[in-house]
Amino acid sequence: MAYGDKIIEHYERPRNVGNFGTQAEVKNRKDIGVGLVGAPECGDVMQLQIKVNQEGVIEDARFKCFGCGSAIASSSLATEWLKGKTLDEGLAIKNTQIVEELSLPPVKIHCSVLAEDAIRSAIADYKQKNGMPVDERQAASAH
Amino acid sequence: MLKFPIYLDHAATTPCDPRVVEAMLPYFTQVYGNPGSRNHRFGWEAEEAVDRAREQCAALLGADAKEVIFTSGSTESNNLAIRGAAQMYEKAPAGSANRGHIITAVHEHKAVLDPCKRLQKEGFDVTFLEPPRDGIITAEAVQAAMRPDTILVSIMWANNEIGTINEVPRIGALCHDRDIIFHTDATQWVGKMPTNMETDNVDLLSFSGHKLYGPKGVGGLYVRRRRPRVRLVPLVDGGGQERGFRSGTLNVPGIVGLGKACEIAQQEMEKDGQRLLTLRKKLEDSVTSRLDTTQVNGHAEKRLPHITNISFGFVEGESLMMAIKEVACSSGSACTSASLEPSYVLKSLGVGDDLAHSSLRLSLGRWTTQDQVDYTADAIVKAVNKLRELSPLYDMHKEGIDLSKVEWAHH
Repeated sequence: MAYGDKIIEHYERPRNVGNFGTQAEVKNRKDIGVGLVGAPECGDVMQLQIKVNQEGVIEDARFKCFGCGSAIASSSLATEWLKGKTLDEGLAIKNTQIVEELSLPPVKIHCSVLAEDAIRSAIADYKQKNGMPVDERQAASAH
Repeated sequence: MLKFPIYLDHAATTPCDPRVVEAMLPYFTQVYGNPGSRNHRFGWEAEEAVDRAREQCAALLGADAKEVIFTSGSTESNNLAIRGAAQMYEKAPAGSANRGHIITAVHEHKAVLDPCKRLQKEGFDVTFLEPPRDGIITAEAVQAAMRPDTILVSIMWANNEIGTINEVPRIGALCHDRDIIFHTDATQWVGKMPTNMETDNVDLLSFSGHKLYGPKGVGGLYVRRRRPRVRLVPLVDGGGQERGFRSGTLNVPGIVGLGKACEIAQQEMEKDGQRLLTLRKKLEDSVTSRLDTTQVNGHAEKRLPHITNISFGFVEGESLMMAIKEVACSSGSACTSASLEPSYVLKSLGVGDDLAHSSLRLSLGRWTTQDQVDYTADAIVKAVNKLRELSPLYDMHKEGIDLSKVEWAHH
């Protein structure tokens, strides 16, 4: 598949790869929100972890991704964009912006949708842990 | 110095041997006659060239020259053999049901499966055998499927994706005992492994020029002439060339090239085979010894020397191909990739029943070097390690989480 330069650049040098601990370790950490979206049999699984400070700002973000080059690039880009944003600003990130930034080909648009889901899911997880109301539409849902 | 990309896809096609190209050249501009022209030197010379090529092919197959029919390649040969035999040996005429029973296997090439599926629609009954995990169709498996109305068995000699070798001589013997016609798609076998139509009990055998360092667009079908004398209904009617089995003016330069390729293969097969087997084993050992959750697909021993198919856990297929872009090979994603067509061959072996595998088929050839193999092994190990570092599934696997028990958000 002929990919644009930005996808290849993110694929070859993905930003913010990793996590703030294993699934078990971050489960009870209130400053961490975790999103795990996708499914192995669909060929894409994204794990996004955000670290939120007391002012409600996303201080740091980490990802891991099982998927194609576009999925890796989309999640890498998502972590870059999330850093320094408030939760509301994070929720405002739309998959179409990711498509535009990376010039994703039409068959890869689902990768950007998955990245948006991962963001929503991680923020919802953080809010739930901290007793904040979660807008149902904000939580990643099966669709 | 290594030149990139490295070609490790010889099961898809091979480069033409320069000796083959050289043999072909005069037949484009100098000896350009139609072998069917019986009245002048141009025709006679072309016919002599075709006869010589027929001898060269027959010598490689251990057959009589009269038993070789030239075609456009294995796809045509498979279609001619399967459709031609089914129509010739049918138990009831077109338009009726129960026209006869055919046995083949689910992991055959599409050029065998699709003609069989069409015959199924036309009133024939077809059994598609399912291979065991090692991929090998045994004589016993074929025997168990045989019925009184079985007219044709078509089982490939060696599989194109995993290189496993089926029990062809034994299956052929079973068929001969029961007066059943036996066809084998030997596209990956011929020119790589010794072939003897006398002792291998084959009635119909398909082979292709471009898999054995010959030109594309030319191949052949071996059609047994005695014990039994096999007859076929032709697919193409016309001038009655090739004993009436395949009308159409002969592709003389292509046929000359195919003949030359067969001659070279016969001379170099043993040496090439041993060298490639050593290289392939090194490649497999080098990759599997350095990576966990990795397996070589198909039977460990009963495989062609030059093909290997390796699966890697927790790595997605397309990203793996991207990461080894300097190596030209074939991907057969066993199950998980949204972007790559899953391989029905690997699926039939149960590869990918556990989640999230991807697979590479690497096939070596006459000019593959040790350096190329070493580079490839290193590139694969590096790529898989990089992608596993990125893979949340590999983390979960290491944490002891059973991926099949996780509730995934399907989308």
